[in-house]
This record gives sequence, C-alpha cells and structure tokens, in this order.
Amino acid sequence: MLRFLVRRMLGAVVILLLISAITYLLFFTLPSDPALLSCGKNCSPQNVTLIHKNLGLDQPVPVQYGEYMAGILFGRHLPLGTCPAPCFGLSFAGNMPIWEIIKSRYPTTLSLAIGGAAAFLTIGVGLGLISAWRQGKPIDKIAGSVSLMGQSVQIYFIGPLAIYLFADTLGWTDPGHDPDWSHGPAGSISGLILPCLVMSVIFWSNYSRQTRSLMVEQLAEDHVRTARAKGMSAAYVFFRYALRGAMGPIVTIFGIDLGSILGGAIITESTFGLHGLGQLAVSAVTQTDLPLEMGVMLFSAAAIVLFNVLIDASYAVIDPRVRLS
Amino acid sequence: MMGLPGLLPRFLRAPLGLDRGFAATVGVTMSSPTQATTYPEPSRSTGGADATVAAEIVGRSPRQLAWLRFKRDRTGIVCAVIVAFFILVAVFAPVITWLYGKNAYTLYGQDDNLLNSYGLPVKANGGIDADHWFGIEPGLGRDIFALLVYGIRTSLGISLCVTLLSVALGVCVGLVQGYLGGGTDYVVGRFSDLMMAFPSQLFFIAFTPVIIAMFVSPSDQEPTWIRFTALVLVQFALGWMSLGRLVRAQVLSLRTREYVEAAHLSGASPGRIIRRELLPNVWSTVLVQATLLLPLNVTAEAGLSFLGVGMQKPTPDWGLMFQDAAQYYRSDITYMFFPGIAMVVFVVAFNLLGDAVRDALDPRTVR
Repeated sequence: MLRFLVRRMLGAVVILLLISAITYLLFFTLPSDPALLSCGKNCSPQNVTLIHKNLGLDQPVPVQYGEYMAGILFGRHLPLGTCPAPCFGLSFAGNMPIWEIIKSRYPTTLSLAIGGAAAFLTIGVGLGLISAWRQGKPIDKIAGSVSLMGQSVQIYFIGPLAIYLFADTLGWTDPGHDPDWSHGPAGSISGLILPCLVMSVIFWSNYSRQTRSLMVEQLAEDHVRTARAKGMSAAYVFFRYALRGAMGPIVTIFGIDLGSILGGAIITESTFGLHGLGQLAVSAVTQTDLPLEMGVMLFSAAAIVLFNVLIDASYAVIDPRVRLS
Repeated sequence: MMGLPGLLPRFLRAPLGLDRGFAATVGVTMSSPTQATTYPEPSRSTGGADATVAAEIVGRSPRQLAWLRFKRDRTGIVCAVIVAFFILVAVFAPVITWLYGKNAYTLYGQDDNLLNSYGLPVKANGGIDADHWFGIEPGLGRDIFALLVYGIRTSLGISLCVTLLSVALGVCVGLVQGYLGGGTDYVVGRFSDLMMAFPSQLFFIAFTPVIIAMFVSPSDQEPTWIRFTALVLVQFALGWMSLGRLVRAQVLSLRTREYVEAAHLSGASPGRIIRRELLPNVWSTVLVQATLLLPLNVTAEAGLSFLGVGMQKPTPDWGLMFQDAAQYYRSDITYMFFPGIAMVVFVVAFNLLGDAVRDALDPRTVR
C-alpha cells in the first residue's frame, strides 16, 4: 500500500511539473511581451517596467521557471514584497501573495463541491437504484427521462430559472451567497442549497446510467441469485450484495468529478455569484492577471491529479480482491 | 519518468469539462468493428420469421443494414430531422433573416422606442409581437429571433470546426499509435495522458487570450475571426484525446485479424493497410463519438461566451444570449427561454441521435 502510494505520488508530481512547465511557457514566453498582455489596453511605460521587474522577465526563461518553482517550496523575495512559501507569485492587482487569495476563496469552492457532490451522488445513484429495482417498469422509464433531461440542460440556463422560481417567486430558498462558516452554519447552508442542487443536475445522468447498468449486471450474478435462493430478503440482497459489487466504478467516476469540481466549478460559481476558485479564475483572465491565472491553474490541476491517486488507493478498501501493485 | 505509466491510465476517463463529468461519453465503448460484427447468416433453415429476416439481410452491405435498422428507429429519425433543422438554420441564417425582414445587428428597441428607460421591453412578455416573434433584447434592443438564428450559426460553426479537427487528429493519433505500437505508442500515449490532466475549462479560459495575443498586439482590438480561430484552437487542443484512445484500442485488436495479416503478407504498404483495412472498421466508432462530441462542444463554447471569455458582443452568439439573459432574468425572464429551450432541444436531439446511430451500427450493444 505504502509503496503503491509513493509510486503514484511520484507520478502525480511528474504530471504536475509538466503541467506547470507548459503553462509557464504558454503564459510567460509565448506572447511577445507578457507585460504588455497583462497590462491591457491602456498601458503606461511605468506599468510595463513594473511588471517586468515583478515577473523577473529580464532573466532567461529556464531561470525564471526555476525560481518560480523554487518559490513554491521555499518562498521568494520579490522586488514588490516578500512572498512566503508556498509562493505562486504576487498578483498584479494589489500585489497580494497568490496563495493568500486562493486560501481566502477556497472555503466557498470546497463547500460548493462537498454539497454538490453529496447532492449528485444521492440523487444520481438513487435514480439508478430505482431504475434497477423496477427494471422496465414505468418508474424506470421516468427515471431514465429525468436523467436524460439532466444531461441536456445547462447550468447557465436552469440556474437563473431556478433562482427566479425558487428564490424570487416562491421564496423557498436563498438565491445563493458565499458561505461564511465563522458565523454559524445556518446562514452558510441556506446560501448553498440552490447552487449545490442546480450543479448536481448535470451529473445525475452519468451516475444513474452507470448505477443502473452495473446493478442490472450485479443482480444477474450467481452469488446474488444464491443469496436470494437461500431466502434472504430482496432488499437485503439488493443493497448488501448487488450494491456493494457495483460500487467500484461509481467511486471511480465520483473521484474524477469531485477532483474537477474541487478545482473550481466555474459556471456554477458565476451563475450564482459565488466567489470561489472558478470565479477567481475568470476574473484573473478578464483582468489578465497572469500570475493569478497560473496559480489557480496549478492548484486545480493538483486537485484533479491528487484525487485520482486517492481514488485508486480507495479501491483496495472497497474491494478487498483488488491488489495494489 | 518512473511511475508515470502507473499513474496515467487513471486519466482515461478524465473529465472534459470542469463543471461536468463527461466520463460517460468518454467511457462509451464502441467496440465492434463492422466487419467483425456477426450478422445473422442468411440462413437456409426453414421458419417464417427467419426467412423474412434472411430475405431482408441477404446481399446487403453492412452500411445498408445499418441504414435499414436506423430507418426503423422512430426516435432516431425524429432526432435526425431536428438536428438537420438546426444545421439548416445555421447554414441559411442570412436567408431566414432576409425573409423575416430583420437582422441581428439593428437596435430595433432603441430605434422604434420599444424599450423603456430601464432598457426593458415596453410590451409584455419580453416584447413579443407580430414584428418581433421572440421579442426584443433588453438593453441593446436587437431582435431575439434574428439574434438566435445567427447565434446558432456562430456557435455551431465553432463547435463543428472543433469537432472535425478533434476527430481528424484523434483518428490519426489512434491509427498511428495502434498500428505502429512500441515507442511511438508510448510517447504519444503519455502526451495524451498529460493533456487529459489539464483542467479543461480553466485551460480554455486561460489560453484563449494567450492565443489571441500571438496574433494581435494586446493594445489593438482583435478582429472577430481571430477570436473564432483562438476558441477553435484551445478547444481542439483538449478535444482529441478520448477519440484517439478509442481508435487506438480498436486498431490494437484489429491489427492481429487475419485479413490485416493477409494484406500485410501480400505486400500491402502500411498506408494501404491503414486506409483500406483499418480505417473502414473504425469509422462507426468515429461517427458515434463525433455525434456525442458535437453537443458537448456546443455547450462548452456557449459556456465560454457565458463567462465572458468566448465570443464578444456585438457578434451574435448562443452563449452570449445566456450571458445577457442572466443579467436581465429578474425583470425579463422571457428572453432566457428562447436560447435555453433551443439548446435543450438541440442537445437532447443530438444525444438521442447518437444513441440511435450506435444502435444502428452495432446491434449488439445493450442499452
């Protein structure tokens, strides 16, 4: 187990190094002058020199990149201020250390991801289980149609509609706001209900389809039939035998999805006006804040890559037959 | 590079979009090559049902058989008609708006005083009337029908380019990887793993301005076609891997088939084997994947415009309509429904069409 984890972590580090190198190259060397790009349409010469100094653009590219990567581990002293480790540089807007900005935005993204994941896992797997339980019956068809619709709507369409209907007209929930866990959970949770539910819609179909087909497969297995023949109740066999066998692949896609929403659910956040990582990325791009973009990109990629490793490790826990090697 | 291959295959079903697990589509396996599919042999055995089936099947090519099966699938036909309708709308947008008598750029709301001082349509229901079938846009006051027709044209244009490029590169990469194998396979495979590890939506929004900056100086206003090209390029950069994998897996299994070996032994060049023996057997996979890829690309492109990093005003664009409507939905919810329902219908039709094509090409898949 330990050897497996170490090896996969090494692999993850290699991937992240490559991603950082590619991103760095594209951001800081491909444009003729990144300072001009980041400075925007009304650029004064002082700003250009400032940005040059801030980014250390007077040095050769490998040195720049090396210093950037070393900064993540040990921190850096930049001309415009110190930046403690992990240092992703200073943002153009306000010269804030980027790690501080990410840290301040992360509670929103984390809350949204956890709430959304709980919602889509419950609803998606639930729909799939209902379909498998009543195969071919009307309720199976209904669940199938619901998940097809879920697959075909977009958050930027149903999000505003949901706010209009459930928050503005019916007044059932809050239209969505940033959570602030320091002031008690009630206010934070009420602002997350609608965004989490709306975000979950697009994931339903994936989970319900997978769950349904896996359960149908599992229910036809010999050991399941034997269990039924021994006189165990249908419900017990369904949940304790078939569901257990169907869990592996569901956990895989769950890990992939969770990793990606932990890296920022961009569209959900901007639809509901939440200030998480995704919204940070968009504003970094619209303000051409290159160091900030770079930091968010690396952070998201790390979330995705690490979750893949974690999920692989969790296989052994779910299915004791799996040997990690 | 130690440990790299161990980690990478897990990205096999890495999501294409940050907000959306596309794993289902990526994971779809279209395994059976047409020549390997076992159609019922035209049996000489007796029995009424068998005889009619045999009479229908005998002497027909796999392609004709697939077409026969497709024609019987009513959902598939309806969806094909809807999809064709959208494509025709996109192609003939100038004709449609000419017949309709409005265009997508004139600010009718401001010119004809159809907007009140808040920029909202004066008439009820978003200003729907005989002149403006879908109402007028709040703010600028353009005609929503004309805007939608042209918006579909822009969005479909971008997505179609992305899909075609991704499919072309995916097929080439898959064929080369599967056929050559060895070191080439390994290097290309690891590269595609790396590309899959990028957070895709973030990649799109971050690199679109970078690509644009390669063409135009940041201080100038970029022409529309450059933005169009940049959007196509960034989405293409992360769009080809899943298809490449599928094709590679299929070519690997095809490579050892007798007819490929026979072609090899009779001295056919690698190019000929790829073109004449392998390619015809992967096209069904490619077709199904392309029909599933296109709606994903359309929604991704609209998502970028919605976020403000895709096409820019005043270019009419499907996603921009959502962005606009999201600003006004509290006072003018009608606007949201036209692009929204159009897109839902489009995506549902395309997804069902993809399923129908798959069923027709590969009758053994069980849904």
